[in-house]
Amino acid sequence: MDNIAGTKSSLTWAVNISVIALALLWIMPTLGLFISSFRTADQIATSGWWKALFPSEQNLVLRADDPEGNRVERAGVYVVEGQLFEAGHSAEISAWGISSREISAYVPGETADLGDGETLTVQADGAYVWTGNADQLSGRGQRIFVTATTPPEFTTANYNRVLFSGSTTDGMANAFFNTLTVTIPATIIPIAIAAFAAYALAWMDFPGRGLLIAAIVGLLVVPLQLALIPLLKFHLGIGIGKGYLGTWMAHTGFGLPLAVYLLRNYMVGLPRDIIENAKVDGATDFQIFTRIILPLSFPALASFAIFQFLWTWNDLLVAKVFLIDATGETTVMTNQIVELLGTRGGNWEILATAAFVSIAVPLIVFFSMQRYLVRGLLAGSVK
Amino acid sequence: MADLKLRNVGKTYGGKVEVLKGIDMDISKGELIVFVGPSGCGKSTLLRMIAGLEKITAGTLEIDGMVMNDVPPSQRGIAMVFQSYALYPHMTVYDNMAFALKIAKKSKSEIDKAVRRAADILQLTDYLDRLPKALSGGQRQRVAIGRAIVRDPKVYLFDEPLSNLDAALRVATRIQIAELKEAMPESTMIYVTHDQVEAMTLADKIVVLADKGIAQMGSPLDLYERPDNEFVAQFIGSPAMNLIPGEIVKTGKMTEIDLAHEGHAVADVETQAAEKGWAVNAGVRPEDLRIAGAGDTVLVDGTVDYIEALGEVTILYFKAEHGRDPLIAKLPGIHDDLRGQTVQLTADPSKVQIFHEGKSLRTR
Repeated sequence: MDNIAGTKSSLTWAVNISVIALALLWIMPTLGLFISSFRTADQIATSGWWKALFPSEQNLVLRADDPEGNRVERAGVYVVEGQLFEAGHSAEISAWGISSREISAYVPGETADLGDGETLTVQADGAYVWTGNADQLSGRGQRIFVTATTPPEFTTANYNRVLFSGSTTDGMANAFFNTLTVTIPATIIPIAIAAFAAYALAWMDFPGRGLLIAAIVGLLVVPLQLALIPLLKFHLGIGIGKGYLGTWMAHTGFGLPLAVYLLRNYMVGLPRDIIENAKVDGATDFQIFTRIILPLSFPALASFAIFQFLWTWNDLLVAKVFLIDATGETTVMTNQIVELLGTRGGNWEILATAAFVSIAVPLIVFFSMQRYLVRGLLAGSVK
Repeated sequence: MADLKLRNVGKTYGGKVEVLKGIDMDISKGELIVFVGPSGCGKSTLLRMIAGLEKITAGTLEIDGMVMNDVPPSQRGIAMVFQSYALYPHMTVYDNMAFALKIAKKSKSEIDKAVRRAADILQLTDYLDRLPKALSGGQRQRVAIGRAIVRDPKVYLFDEPLSNLDAALRVATRIQIAELKEAMPESTMIYVTHDQVEAMTLADKIVVLADKGIAQMGSPLDLYERPDNEFVAQFIGSPAMNLIPGEIVKTGKMTEIDLAHEGHAVADVETQAAEKGWAVNAGVRPEDLRIAGAGDTVLVDGTVDYIEALGEVTILYFKAEHGRDPLIAKLPGIHDDLRGQTVQLTADPSKVQIFHEGKSLRTR
């Protein structure tokens, strides 16, 4: 009967399972993206990312060394000896063949007869012996089809290509810095404005205050799509055109209602006595704001900063409308990924790497600030 | 260090709801005034009006002969101690106390001297580097008081400063405030409380607020012994004064009253012959009632319904009759054998009050 009242509910297991399910739902795609970004295109094509830590079986097309310069004469026959796999790579061959129609005709150690006395022997570790007369061993090396089990392997080549190659089609480096250029001012400007507005709306007495608050609540539900075209026309009209300034202004405008609303609600919950005491102590409104309210509102400021940062970072629409012009110089990461989907639709390793580059910063921001996020949200609502 | 003068002060919210009206008060330099009253009587509002945190909507407030109605709080020469302490949670004790002086752009050495002096008075020197959250309730309240001292104000305003403390700390801090007052005889202090003990022990003068105005103003013992009206009589003292309806049957230097429940009261209150037959209430404090001996006028003759034996005193509750509040008597010592007994009680004529239409005939 002790599960009827008290803090321990009999549904604890349901809560635990839901939490685990939610955590998995979030972690799985992120992890998949992360692991895929370190794999080669071949690995991605042959096995899922969850198999990345285990050896994988692949069909490879390899070539024996070209006879020119490599063949040696031994008792009247020419011989080319060598290793199919590059140095540093090891694999175990389970079957091999010499024709694309029969890629697993032979087992390792078997000798294939290529006709007229020409033979080829391939061992499990990739060592081969190719024998024949001078005519047969000339030109290019013999093609060998192998079915090999290769150990797990990770590469940073994708990151090299995406971040440091300087390529305009695959490169994310330029877009990364453009995104930062958009995001940082677009986070700081609205917070700076909203903090002042929130203090005035919370603690200063002036006519029309109630109406202003109601108007801000009303603005919360206005969709931003409504303002895109008029705003762009306005920007073009006053000569800002497409560019960072216009983007910052747009993000500021769209972010302000929520910022003012959240911060005002938080500030209004600060104890009245503290503010009155500061007034008795002789502080002006500005001093009260900077010395008392701002430090005490840090959790709320941080939580809104995280929100604004995340959603300007992930924004595509505003950037498309207000920033990205025909030259493509000012492209942001979200847009770059959209373009990669078009030009590199099949290259999952590039797409995964690009996507992970774009989510890495939000992840860092989130994990380093998440205690403020939770505290700020709670502090605003449960006072 | 200042005289306060309130003339016809009133407060109306939104032009409609009147909470205070016609407050006249003179407070002279060095006095400790306590505002008491039931909740919602406007005592905190009056204090906040003096502080400048609420607008005065009628009348004038003068501090040291200057009209202060429109002067901002910081320039009135006041300091306020809030019930909730109102410490700045993100500043250390030192910074809390130094805040006002920093705002006033005082020099570093001056600030340091003032803060250390206040910390010394309040035994806070060891805690100067702590944040408020690392202090106990009593220490926090001392910091709040220290913040007031540092500003060296003309008038200290205390808004229920002890109500957030537990009983033991309350007594200790109360004594500390009394000592503080002795150490600064020049300072004027105004103190709002709903706790009678605080009011009686600290005050030079108590102001009882009720029904939008001042019910009575005077020294604590004056209010106790010579209440002006039934409200003050019942508000001051615990348990409250018994009020027994009756009729004046003999006037002169000593007035005699026939009480509704067949008792008889004699008071040394002078009445005129014309007042014979007036319907009055006889007021007598529970602690002034004693067991009647032979030849005493019997004021109460009733059956004890219930007793509370507290050791030092025993409180007797008499059967409530005719829907009135039960009579209460407080006898010294232990009398736990009186339950269910019929007891005759009497009171000294000098301790009996007579109220006609709510007003005392003794103080008219």
